[in-house]
This record gives sequence, structure tokens and C-alpha cells, in this order.
Amino acid sequence: MSIESRIASNQPDNFKFSKENESQIKRIIAKYPKGRQASAVMPLLDLAQRQHDNWIPMKAIELIAGKLDMAEIRVLEVATFYTMFNLKPVGQFFLQACTTTPCWLRGSDEMMRAIKDRYDINSGETSACGKFSLLEVECLGACVNAPILQVNDDFYEDLDYQTTCDLLECLEAGKSLPVGSVLGRSGSEAINGATTLATVKPKTASAGAKKKRSSINA
Amino acid sequence: MLNDSDRIFTNIYGWGDTGLKGAKARGDWNKTAKLLALGHDEVVERIKASGLRGRGGAGFPTGLKWSFMPKVVRQRPHYLVVNADESEPGTCKDRDIIRHEPHKLLEGCLVAGFAMRAHSAYIYIRGEFVNESRRLQAAIDEAYDAGLLGKNAAKSGWDFDIYLHRGAGAYICGEETALLESLEGRKGQPRLKPPFPAGVGLYGCPTTVNNVESIAVAPTILRRGAAWFSGLGKENNTGTKLFCISGHVNNPCNVEEEMGIPLRELLEKHAGGVRGGWKNLLAVIPGGSSTPLMPIEVCADITMDFDALRNAGTGLGTAGVIVMDKSTDVVQAIARLSYFYKHESCGQCTPCREGTGWMWRMMERLVRGEAESHEIDTLEQVTRQIEGHTICALGDAAAWPIQGLIKHFRPEIERRISARHSVDAVNAAE
Repeated sequence: MSIESRIASNQPDNFKFSKENESQIKRIIAKYPKGRQASAVMPLLDLAQRQHDNWIPMKAIELIAGKLDMAEIRVLEVATFYTMFNLKPVGQFFLQACTTTPCWLRGSDEMMRAIKDRYDINSGETSACGKFSLLEVECLGACVNAPILQVNDDFYEDLDYQTTCDLLECLEAGKSLPVGSVLGRSGSEAINGATTLATVKPKTASAGAKKKRSSINA
Repeated sequence: MLNDSDRIFTNIYGWGDTGLKGAKARGDWNKTAKLLALGHDEVVERIKASGLRGRGGAGFPTGLKWSFMPKVVRQRPHYLVVNADESEPGTCKDRDIIRHEPHKLLEGCLVAGFAMRAHSAYIYIRGEFVNESRRLQAAIDEAYDAGLLGKNAAKSGWDFDIYLHRGAGAYICGEETALLESLEGRKGQPRLKPPFPAGVGLYGCPTTVNNVESIAVAPTILRRGAAWFSGLGKENNTGTKLFCISGHVNNPCNVEEEMGIPLRELLEKHAGGVRGGWKNLLAVIPGGSSTPLMPIEVCADITMDFDALRNAGTGLGTAGVIVMDKSTDVVQAIARLSYFYKHESCGQCTPCREGTGWMWRMMERLVRGEAESHEIDTLEQVTRQIEGHTICALGDAAAWPIQGLIKHFRPEIERRISARHSVDAVNAAE
């Protein structure tokens, strides 16, 4: 992919970190030895992205380079190397769908179909309403709970066509949802109850997997 | 089956309190100072004696790795770096340690850091694990507040700091030198070795990079004794291991089991068996996407440990077990992995940068049968030219799944090619 197509053509004239983020930046730089402030480049890019509607404008790249005493090209290099940095706008709900083999085996095609049916978008595109952007991503590292859809910071797991539709409907309606398995698994135990650790299980714990919710918003 | 009393990760499913109080109730941070009182070298010796082999994939003996660190600290400080950049398809164990057993990892950092005479540890966690990193940071804060980290950590007399560093979406940063590059604020492109990190690592200082699970089990091994750990599993493949079972099983799950458990037992006892029964099994990828798949004949009596799987031409890797039943389009399954490696190649070495793309495009043609039979051999030869010819193992990791496919499923690939030829012939005749 050419660099031009990854960077927004429409750029803001200015970028400033918020006061809160400025003090956060001081704490971040302090994690690394003196003279090694370049280590803070990824956390700062992340902060900029969080402050700026989930994408990083070029002015922020310049600003970060100045703060960390790095050449701008080095910061841009990092910003383009790592896939989580968005250099152009994405929708309010950034849908990152994992389709790597373990998710694919568990039906990630159905999850993708649900998204496409609803918004008529392909990977890399944003819905007509502007609220949903879709990106097909590589392994999200939650394979036992596949397939996974990451919505902004949160993983939604064990999805199929219908539960993906339910999830999107909730997002559209602005409802808050329990993050994690839509089947009610607390972690990555077997769905019909864990096969181990019964003897050390705390009494207060829920009895293995909870009953399947008929829909996420139920 | 392993007894619960021999399991290390007793809160792996997150049923209990994941905070400090709950962790202490499970035995974490119990007289940690006593473990450190053993002395740097004795800790290393005991980990060596336990037979623990690295849980990140390569299976290198952990104690031996620690022993490569200089015995005397000179001008350059020592660093422990924890690799929590878990991204190998099929693997999701470190995530559960981080979100449900974070204090096991933190205590392990102190023990391991002390053993290698480091006063600082950086935990590099993959960027997508946002909630997990919040959980881990909360645990770090809690440990500082309780005096378990910082100056005179856990009243051991050893000063120890832990810093959390988030990645931003690059599989390659799971390679230890790429991880160090990334931690220093650059693109994650692997370094040439030597020098090895134990000599020249983070910021040019002696560094050891360990997987989350390897570090998290260390305190329990010291508490219960090396003999306890080495008494579990098989010779040279000791202890317990977190297995991640995904794909076409009835109940995908993570489970801690004894090393060397037969694959069939693992799947049937814990994952509800193969969907449609054992006879419906097509193939298993035993250790994360990089390890070559095994057809059902091999799966029947294979045990899950480093040596047995290596002898079967594959590997234990991360113990991410990906199960495929007979409904699977196995060529597509491997082609999807080829796309993964193409996407994740850092672009530094030509054989990998060009080769992963070439192999993926070739695999896509094989999925549709749009090839000639001899091209299967060409593809196999190309994988051999990538394997071993790159700075890091990503080139190897991209080559192996394809080699496994050709080795075990060549008739299926050929069937598609001849089916395609028949269709083409009919079309031409019309």
C-alpha cells in the first residue's frame, strides 16, 4: 500500500496535547532511562490517536518528534509500520474483524457477512452513516473464543451471524454491552463447564459458563 | 489427568479475585523474600534443575538462558524483558495469565529479574490487548502500593521496577530482537545475532527476553521445588503447560495439563472431542500456526511435548492446538496462514518479504486448482529457499505450514488441479 493512500489528505492545521495528556506524557517518558525517550514514541502516538478521534494527524507526528528529539521521518516510520496507528479518520466504531485461520475455522466468514450485509462495506471502508469502519485484521490472540470482533478497545467473542447483528444493533442504539464472550464465558473455559479446577473453585464463582443469552442486549 | 493440586494457574478462568488479595490467597507473593534469599545463582540452578523449557515456542531451557547473563553487573544495567506480544495464530494463553493471574507474572518478574541481577523489567504487551494491559497496570500499581515492587521489593533487599509497554499491532515484535527494537522506539525489525541479547540487548545492555508463561511459573517452581516440577511430564519435557485448543472441537478451551499428554486425550477430556467424533478429524496444527500440521494417522498416538512433536516433523511451539475436521478446506486453511505471514513480514530480508507474497499468491492458485502439478514441487523448493535464509524465524514460520501441507495433503492439491483442468477442457470444447 502506498504511503499516500494511508495518510489523510485533509489534515488539521494544528495539534496540541490536552493538559491531562501532557502530564501523562511526563509519566510515560519517565519509564525509560535518560536519553532513551524515543522509547516513548509508541505510547505517545497512541495518546495522540486517543485524543484525536482515533486517528493521528501529521501535526501530531511533528509534535511528538519535537518532544522526543526524534527526526519526524523516524516517528512517521513507526506510525506507518504498526497497524494500529490510523493516519486517516475512521468511524466512531472501528470494527476489527479477525479472519485468520482459527477464527475462520469457527465461522469468521459469517461474522464478516453480517457486517457487510448491514453496512455494505468492505475491509478498509466506512459505512454511509460514517459511524462504522471495518478492517479485516490478523490474529487477535483470543483463538479459543473465536471468532473475534474488536470494537475500538473491546473484544467481542464467540460470535456468529446473528450475535454479530445483535452486537451491531446495540452499538447503533448506543447501548452499553458486556465485553467478552457473547455466550457468557468468563474466560476461555469450555462452554459447557470447565473440565478442571473444580476442587479449587471459589464458592462465589458462577457455575461455569452462564446460560447462553438469546441476544446480547437481553 | 493432572490433579488440580498440581496446577499452577488455579485462577486461569478468572473465577476468583484477580487482584492482590485473591492472588495472595492462592499463594502468590507468599514469602517472596525467602525465594530471593536463595541467591542469584541458586535461583538459576533450581530453574535449570526443574527442566523448564521456554513456553514461547522455541523450548529453550529457561534456567540455561538466565545463566547467560553476566555474573557481575558493570556499567551497563541488566534488563529482564517479558514478551507478552502474544500473536501466534492459535495461541491465547498469555492473555489469560495477564487478565486472570497478573500477580503470578509480576512475582515471576521479581524472581527472574533478581536471578539475572536486573533491577528493571519491561513487559511488552501486544497493543490489541487494551483491557488486559489495564488489568496488568492495575496489578502493578497494587504491587507497588503493597511494597512488593520498587525499593526493597517484597522486603527482599532487592530494588525492582516493572514497566508496562504496549505494542501497536505487529506480529514480528514477538521475535525477541524485533521486540527490543520496538521497545527502543523503532520499527520492529529483527537484529542480526550475534551479539545475543544477553550480551547486547535493550539499550545495548545485557538483557533476557522471556515468554509470559515461562516467567509466571517460576515462583511456583521455586516454592514447590524443582523435583516437583520435573516429576511431572516426561524426561526433558517436564512440568505443566497451558494448552489452547481451538478450531473444530466441541468445546474450545484453554487448559493446564501435564507435558506429554496424548493429543487425543487432551482433545477428548477437555475440549469435548473433535466435532463429529475422532473419525471426523482431518488434521491438527499442534503448536500455533508456524508448526506443520499433522494428519489423523499421526494424531492418533502422538503426545504433546517438544521432543515427540519434533520427531513427528512438527513442533510443540506455543501449544496452540488448531483442530480441523473433515469439512475443512485444508488448502484454504493454510493459504490463509500464508496471507498472515505475508501481512506480518517486516520487509527487512528479501527472501521473506518477496517470498511470503509469492507463496501466498501460489497458495491462492492451488486453492482454486489453477496450476500445473509440477508447480507443487516449485512451491516446495521455494519454501526451502526461504527457510533458514532470513535474519529471524518468520521466514521459516511461513515456509513450514506449506511444507506440512504438501507432505501430507499433496493428493488433495493434485485432485484440485486435475478437477480444474477437466473444467477448463469442457469450457474449451464448448
